[in-house]
Amino acid sequence: MIRFIVRRLLQLIPTLFGLSILLFTWLHRLPGGPETAILGERGTPELRAQIRANLGLDEPILVQYGRFMQRMLKLDLGTSISTKREVTTEFIERFPGTVELTVMAMIIAIGVGIPLGYLAARRRGSFLDSASVGGSLIGICVPVFFLAYVLKAIFSEQLHLFPSSGRQDPTLGATRITNFFVLDGLMTREWDAALDALWHLVLPGIALASIPLAIIVRITRASVLEVLSEDYVRTAKSKGLTESTIRGRHILRNAMLPIVTVIGLLTGGLLSGAVLTETVFAFSGIGAFLKDAISNLDYPVLMGFIMIIAVVYLLVNLLVDVSYSLIDPRVRVR
Amino acid sequence: MSVKTDKIDRLSELSAVKQEEQGVSLWTEAFRRLRRSPSAIIGASILLIFVIVAIIGPWVAPYSPTDTIGIREGVVKSGQGIIPGASAEHWLGYDHQGRDLFSRMLVGARQTLLVGVISTLIGLTIGAIIGGIAGAAAGLGGRVGRWVDNVLMRFVDIMLALPSLLLAVSIAALLGASLTTVMIAVGLVSVPIFARLLRGAMLAQSGGDYVLAATSLGVTRRRIALTHIVPNSLAPVIVQATLTLATAIIEAAALSFLGLGNPDSSVPEWGVMLADAQSYLGIRPGLAIYPALGIIITALGFTLLGEAMREALDPKLRK
Amino acid sequence: MRSSRRKAAIAVTAVAVLAAAGCAESDRDPSGGNTAVKDTLVFGVAGDPKVLDPSLASDGESLRVARQIFETLVRPEEGGTKPSPGLAESWTPDAAGTTWTFKLRTGVKFHDGTDFNAEAVCVNFNRWFNSTGLMQSPDVTPYWQDVMGGFAKNENAELPPSLFKSCTAKDPATVDLAFTRVSSKVPAALMLPSFSIHSPAALKQYDASNITGSADDIKYPSYAMEHPTGTGPFKFKTWDLPNKSLTIERNDAYWGDKAKLKTVVFRTISDENARKQALRSGDIQGYDLVGPADVEPLKADGFNVLTRPAFNIFYMAINQKGNPALAKPEVRQAISYAINRQALVDSKLPPGAKAASQFMPDTVEGWNADVKKYDYNVEEAKKLLAAAGVSNLKLKFHYPTEVTRPYMPNPKDLYELLAADLKAVGIEVEAIPLKWSPDYLNATTSGSAHDLHLLGWTGDYGDAYNFIGTMFDRQKDEWGFNNPQLFAQFKDADTTADQAQRIEKYKALNAAIAEFAPGVPISHSPPAIVFGKGLTGITPSPLTDERFVGATFS
Repeated sequence: MIRFIVRRLLQLIPTLFGLSILLFTWLHRLPGGPETAILGERGTPELRAQIRANLGLDEPILVQYGRFMQRMLKLDLGTSISTKREVTTEFIERFPGTVELTVMAMIIAIGVGIPLGYLAARRRGSFLDSASVGGSLIGICVPVFFLAYVLKAIFSEQLHLFPSSGRQDPTLGATRITNFFVLDGLMTREWDAALDALWHLVLPGIALASIPLAIIVRITRASVLEVLSEDYVRTAKSKGLTESTIRGRHILRNAMLPIVTVIGLLTGGLLSGAVLTETVFAFSGIGAFLKDAISNLDYPVLMGFIMIIAVVYLLVNLLVDVSYSLIDPRVRVR
Repeated sequence: MSVKTDKIDRLSELSAVKQEEQGVSLWTEAFRRLRRSPSAIIGASILLIFVIVAIIGPWVAPYSPTDTIGIREGVVKSGQGIIPGASAEHWLGYDHQGRDLFSRMLVGARQTLLVGVISTLIGLTIGAIIGGIAGAAAGLGGRVGRWVDNVLMRFVDIMLALPSLLLAVSIAALLGASLTTVMIAVGLVSVPIFARLLRGAMLAQSGGDYVLAATSLGVTRRRIALTHIVPNSLAPVIVQATLTLATAIIEAAALSFLGLGNPDSSVPEWGVMLADAQSYLGIRPGLAIYPALGIIITALGFTLLGEAMREALDPKLRK
Repeated sequence: MRSSRRKAAIAVTAVAVLAAAGCAESDRDPSGGNTAVKDTLVFGVAGDPKVLDPSLASDGESLRVARQIFETLVRPEEGGTKPSPGLAESWTPDAAGTTWTFKLRTGVKFHDGTDFNAEAVCVNFNRWFNSTGLMQSPDVTPYWQDVMGGFAKNENAELPPSLFKSCTAKDPATVDLAFTRVSSKVPAALMLPSFSIHSPAALKQYDASNITGSADDIKYPSYAMEHPTGTGPFKFKTWDLPNKSLTIERNDAYWGDKAKLKTVVFRTISDENARKQALRSGDIQGYDLVGPADVEPLKADGFNVLTRPAFNIFYMAINQKGNPALAKPEVRQAISYAINRQALVDSKLPPGAKAASQFMPDTVEGWNADVKKYDYNVEEAKKLLAAAGVSNLKLKFHYPTEVTRPYMPNPKDLYELLAADLKAVGIEVEAIPLKWSPDYLNATTSGSAHDLHLLGWTGDYGDAYNFIGTMFDRQKDEWGFNNPQLFAQFKDADTTADQAQRIEKYKALNAAIAEFAPGVPISHSPPAIVFGKGLTGITPSPLTDERFVGATFS
């Protein structure tokens, strides 16, 4: 097992190396180049040339790439052009928000999706079945930003049940320790702050959960259906085992494999930042920030964030592969 | 990377499994089952209506989609929060620029379809080339073949490692906002999926008996690849393309929402219409709701049909 | 399975115990949180402030915060644009008009408890004037360079000599500011938040002028990020970046009428719709940059929508170095006739917007009622085009995306209407949408590859030069013309010390510009700011200088 993990980690290196080359060449093709992004409307040809020299952009591309990699390896990601703060600081402030939102969305998606998919499969052809299959199809087809607006219009503007934006009520003056607001609230025993942060997660969590929920319902239904037709379930039934034993021991356990796979993939995807949801809910996470970075051509942020995101994504993938083999001893890691 | 790709790979194996199990042609069998699937029929009906609207829309639209009638006549004052709703002359009312919303919806269908189809074709073509080369190299070549396959697939893996919307946004930001940009960005995002899919399908095929037979008969490798393997790998690709059409339409709308959509509104497109409506949600939510419904229903049509096709091809779900 | 379930149970319990035990201290003051009396305003802003030292800032959000914390010698009258007493009670120029004597308010203290006096004023001016290194970067001290030109020792040969000459503290309550020449900018420009007076002690303690890093990688000292110290009615409390909110609280030692609110929180919500929804759902009690279409619906719902007097100009620029046809005055005049300003104003701009006849609003002295007017006239436009011998004109038309400016809500919508107008007189346009910053600004204000574009200007202070001078007093790539006669006329007006004479010269300038038609002035539109139900006491300001000191919940 350990050898497998080590090998997979080593395999990450060429992938990241390739990504760094892609990123580097891409960012160097930016229209106007970084010096334009830095100077904005105040750029004169002289100033631009000066900045190009300062940045070493007049040196051969290989030398530049070498320097870029050197900095990357030292984990020095530079300073954001638009906020003038260190890219690592920006990441540390924003990533916890994205993680909290991802966890919330996945709790909703799993909590609703697996039972719904299971019931749909057990009552194949019933109204519940068609409703959940149809609903999940629609869930995939509704543009997330549209759903987000509708949710806000109903639950915040009309019913005043949930806050419409942000991560926490700023007037609470909550203490910050880890930047995971819910966790901070628990750790400092500022219960109201924790609850408020949790409350802020509900609507964006639902919006973000729509697609994962749809996928989980469908995959659960499909794999439960597959298991149901297996001989061991028939055997269990004929043995007279109780419904709950059959469900827990035979059906769910065996149907879990593809579900876990999908859940892992979805989580990895969500962790890279929900650009649309974060924007609409003014939620301070990495997705909304990256979107701004793209429109401001904030190249240190783009470079740094995308590299970190790729690492996180690949690690989550690895984790899924490992858990895969833990759940099902038949799947031997290669 | 193996897990993410497993799903794609599984789809690609379907056609191969099928071929070996039964003598009946893959297509006849699948079509027979498709006709009995209610979701396929619903999906196909939606798409049929959509395609008809897309074709005849510009001719039957009661007004020009670019004529700012409401502003000329002084009835639309969107800056002051006045946009008249539905009336006998304007079935869905005006848009924020005083244009007839119903006409724009009709004309917009064609553009929406075009964005979906062209971007999917871009993804399909590039993906098929990469996947085809990799698959052919891996299936038939020796050491060099494996090396080519490895390099190409590593490249595909890197693309898969980036979240798709982020990738699309980056490409769009690089090329500047335009219709072509949207199609390229949305198309390129689906390249790795198609590449992976085609390669997997070809590998599954090349293990088939008829390839073995052809090889032993002395047919050249290139000929085997072109006449046997590629045509037989197409089924999963078509399924995936149908599903990708749905996501392409939705992703194009997302790009428009992020301000990277087609800036030229002389030819309306639902995604752009939805994005443009943002500033006027407070006074006329219909400006957003109609194009949103258009997008949702169309995407649903493609998804229903695609899923039904996948099921029809999947021997495991046949019982 | 069973054993792993037990493990999970243990883990959950552990977390719960850990949390209950409280492994970290709460550092929040116990009085905080929601109290019965409503004395906290949460205000939605479009972006995070960049830096809290207003002398280094140029973005509206930084300045908005600075205006509550800091004060300037001269400040705009509340709700207006004319200079009125700030930290200086009065000011007079000498006979030559180059040295100004300011009488300072006494008994004023900075937030750190130190005294405000003439010495402090000179420390501030000398800090700006003696800037070195990165402090001279246009990115760091933009407004100083805009107003004063250069520094004591210019490190970049491009910079002009400084307008500012010296500061002399004659006694604790009297200070002399000397300038190198007469300028229309004094004293009006001193109202800019960039000339806020900081506490000398705090400047020193937190190393305020020590900008480190490099031109592309500017690092601000802790003063500019954590310790802004002024004399204003509010003082800085915290900047909670993870939650995108900045909190200021009442300065109980303020020299004037003290603030009624205890706390004001600025919360960043970049999406316009999200701001509106946050207001309607009660998360915030006010926000700026209200979409024009939202003004009436918000009013109807009982929100307190304040409309600022229109202190801006929205124009369509014509680049004479672009398409060669544009160098002909007839063509530019034809374009001016082709635009239906009134229809655009009526349909796309908020209530209270006006069509423009010149490049400044009529509230600024120097506005001329008798300039050449180009009322919408398609026939006249076609005639002029024919007279100029121009046919099949195809122009590149730049417009910005993803941006809303106070003078230009929804650029894309406005572009569409203008393009349709041009088409109606036979001019084809090619749409070139670009992102506002840096692409759009870059493309339209440099080089010559642009024909038409949309831009505007919001006044910094109430002097005509700040409008027309900023645009036309020198050769600029934006307009692509060289008109030495016009430039000389500007120089003459700027250096005229007598106010009445100067205003006459501005009127003549406006007439000359209208005849020359360098672009098409389109409209002046009043930007709106909205506050929640029951919040009163804030006067809308044409300079966006809304002061929260008087705000109160009824």
